[in-house]
Amino acid sequence: MAKPNQPPLPSILIANDLLDGEVLFRTVSGWSPAVADALVAEDLATARQLEAEAAAATRRQEVVDAYLVEIARDAAGRPVPTHYRERIKTLGPSHRPDLGKQAAEAPAAGR
Amino acid sequence: MYRYDEFDERFVRERVAQFRDQVARRLDGSLTEEEFKPLRLRNGVYLQLHAYMLRIAVPYGTLSGRQLRQLALIAERYDRGYGHFTTRQNIQFNWPKLRDVPAILDLLADVEMHCIQTSGNCIRNVTADHFAGVAADEVEDPRPTAELIRQWSTNHPEFCYLPRKFKVAVTGAEEDRAAIGVHDVGLRLLRHPETGALGYRVLVGGGLGRTPIVGKVVREFLPKAELLAYLEAVMRVYNAEGRRDNKYKARVKILVHELGEEEFARRVEAEFAQLDGPSINADPEEVARIAAYFAPPAYESLPARSARLEAAKATNPALAGFVTTNVFPHRVPGYAAVTVSLKLIGGAPGDATAEQMRAVADLAERYSFDELRVSHHQNLVLPHVRQDDLPAVFAALAAAGLATANVGLVTDIIACPGLDYCALATARSIPIAQSVAERFRDPVRQQEIGPLNIKISGCINACGHHHVGHIGILGLEKNGIENYQITLGGDASEKTALGERLGPGIAAEEVPEAIERLVEVYLAARGAGESFIDTTRRIGLEPFKAAFQSFARKEVQDAAA
Ligand code: SF4
Repeated sequence: MAKPNQPPLPSILIANDLLDGEVLFRTVSGWSPAVADALVAEDLATARQLEAEAAAATRRQEVVDAYLVEIARDAAGRPVPTHYRERIKTLGPSHRPDLGKQAAEAPAAGR
Repeated sequence: MYRYDEFDERFVRERVAQFRDQVARRLDGSLTEEEFKPLRLRNGVYLQLHAYMLRIAVPYGTLSGRQLRQLALIAERYDRGYGHFTTRQNIQFNWPKLRDVPAILDLLADVEMHCIQTSGNCIRNVTADHFAGVAADEVEDPRPTAELIRQWSTNHPEFCYLPRKFKVAVTGAEEDRAAIGVHDVGLRLLRHPETGALGYRVLVGGGLGRTPIVGKVVREFLPKAELLAYLEAVMRVYNAEGRRDNKYKARVKILVHELGEEEFARRVEAEFAQLDGPSINADPEEVARIAAYFAPPAYESLPARSARLEAAKATNPALAGFVTTNVFPHRVPGYAAVTVSLKLIGGAPGDATAEQMRAVADLAERYSFDELRVSHHQNLVLPHVRQDDLPAVFAALAAAGLATANVGLVTDIIACPGLDYCALATARSIPIAQSVAERFRDPVRQQEIGPLNIKISGCINACGHHHVGHIGILGLEKNGIENYQITLGGDASEKTALGERLGPGIAAEEVPEAIERLVEVYLAARGAGESFIDTTRRIGLEPFKAAFQSFARKEVQDAAA
């Protein structure tokens, strides 16, 4: 558990695109719609940088609702949020595999 | 149906133009999110988990075919091909892009619709009995009252910044299908027992959410003409004395509770006595003008029983089953109201695709005087269908995949969007509804169990009305896992009751089996013709608790083993 005011670790920065609302992940150089591209903060200094970036990107009118999310790594080494809420946020509605980010991976799935 | 006058039209168009400008200023950076958020919320735009969400008002749940068609167009052009009908008789789109919202609002304004007062601390969209104008037990159609309140409350300068949101529901019938007991204000049209004059019984201070409370009668009989002045008095007392220090204590139910209902009523009456009634109450001409929009359609005179329907039922058991569950008697001989269930087994409660919306719009235009309703049970209603036409309507619904015969039964589950969409959720609702519906999918068994309302919310805010479900399910988080609390004995009808918890929360996978155990207790104990809720009332909670707890305990032990 993160202490109050301590960013969770390891973590990624997640936000919604201001214009279209899509969930985005902070990368080394910008924002990506794919969680696999996310820059993972393994240490406090990087997490602090991500926090600063969250505030800056919000000010620059790029994104809304930016915050850090604790992750673990899956077998392929990709970041996966540890909390189910954020997992759903990175995938899409769980009863509709045809919608959200998960749809790209399972295009044939129906309702 | 109510049609906009020039004032309504201009007001809505101006709001769209203002919002277009606000969005442009947001996008060019001149408005920050803090500045913009209240503006977008005032136009029904929320930020949810995966995207923005747009909530569109459907005043008192009444729509025309043309309006539903326009919603279908919006679903296709600007969303992902479907919409979600809510327990407030509204519709929500789950994937609109912020930049498209002004264009969507224009399309809505073209059909006299908007998103005003679907959010924020104002008087929200007024809801009403979905069988308004249909039910035989109705003294008067509640929609002219609802429309009057809509007009009075829209942009009312005094009530734009209330301590908290404010929800009003109206019914004109004995049987309460509008859940007036769990609204901030609930109105029931009735006749004075001695004079026969029309008026309202006024309930105040009902509500669900984290502090569920049943509304209290503060006025047993309010003459019809005095409605607005009385409501104004209620709003003034609330606006002046409702708590603004704590969001969770800001609803009028807390004020009524803290003051006590007598004292609250006394203050309202004192305020009411001081108000200049005639300057506030609606002009009788205006009341008549509004009422005229809701005049009954041009019914034909028909025999009470349709020979054509009877003959069709005799050869088509599926039609017969559908008529038993989804068809409601109409006050006019030869007619019926048809509920179109949006609770398909395997679907999400309240969701309808653009094609389904068009199919229902077609049917409304062809068979129901171009009128339809959204019910707070998240279904659609064709209110005025000739019984002779029921076989054709049934066939068309079946062709559109909309002939699910389960209205009021165990699979007609109310569920809020929950964590699959909602940013506030603590757990998912839709998959729970789906797993319970799947368990009870057999139509014969559903019929055998009879009326049973299951209601599911994905957090304490209770948009899924779980407190008033015969069986209520509340999704919470426990140790990083979704956990569901089960309540029993809630009732949204005129016998309003809040359900009681049966025991510890259980895991998602256990919910269908837990419901099964409760149904078993009922089936074993019921008397002839006795419904689930009646049995619950008669035998009390204990037998259900015992069955539930022995189940829940066993699950915990198995999990530990
Ligand atoms: S009850 Fe909670 S989870 Fe469900 S829609 Fe309302 S706020 Fe969202």
